[in-house]
Amino acid sequence: MARIAGIDIPKNKRGVIALTYIFGIGRSKAREILSEAKVDESIKVQDWSDDEIGRIREVAGKLKIEGELRSEIQLNIKRLMDIGSYRGIRHRTGLPLRGQRTKNNSRTRKGKRKTVAGKKKAIK
Amino acid sequence: MARSLKKGPYIQLSLDKKVQRNIESGKKSVIKTWSRASMISPDFVGQTIGVHNGRQFVPVYITENMVGHKLGEFSPTRSFRGHAGSRNKGNK
Repeated sequence: MARIAGIDIPKNKRGVIALTYIFGIGRSKAREILSEAKVDESIKVQDWSDDEIGRIREVAGKLKIEGELRSEIQLNIKRLMDIGSYRGIRHRTGLPLRGQRTKNNSRTRKGKRKTVAGKKKAIK
Repeated sequence: MARSLKKGPYIQLSLDKKVQRNIESGKKSVIKTWSRASMISPDFVGQTIGVHNGRQFVPVYITENMVGHKLGEFSPTRSFRGHAGSRNKGNK
């Protein structure tokens, strides 16, 4: 059992991989953390000693991760919307921000397809 | 891709001049410009700038949060009024 950055308990995986389960930590950040805490990357989380966990916590505590990072992202988006910039408007309407096409695709932003009843065919 | 730092921010010279003149004289007249690519510098804060959107000059009141953005970001060039037939739903 290892609790790092609040609620995340990645277990029985290698240290580098387990740390990436935390929001805001990817592979490279995980490697940095472990090297700074002087823990070998390939030790599984369950084999970490209390001492090692302590050091990892200390290093990870310095980073902006999880809730703190999430709220920062939300604030950035909110700022864009408040100043009425183009990107803010796109956030509001749920469309892509960076000039992608919206005729097709961009389903990630637009969500599931909403079928609109088609025009009736002209009756001969 | 971001602009090279070496060059500094792009602000159209004539626009910058007009803003400086406005600050000096302390008046708050709307400055019309076509230069949508100009970056908003800290000097602009408090001014109202009419940014052309291809049809008209959209008045943009510059606040502190807008510094570092381009003028064009605040003057949309397209107006999407919804699809035909869906007027009953997304009426805005």
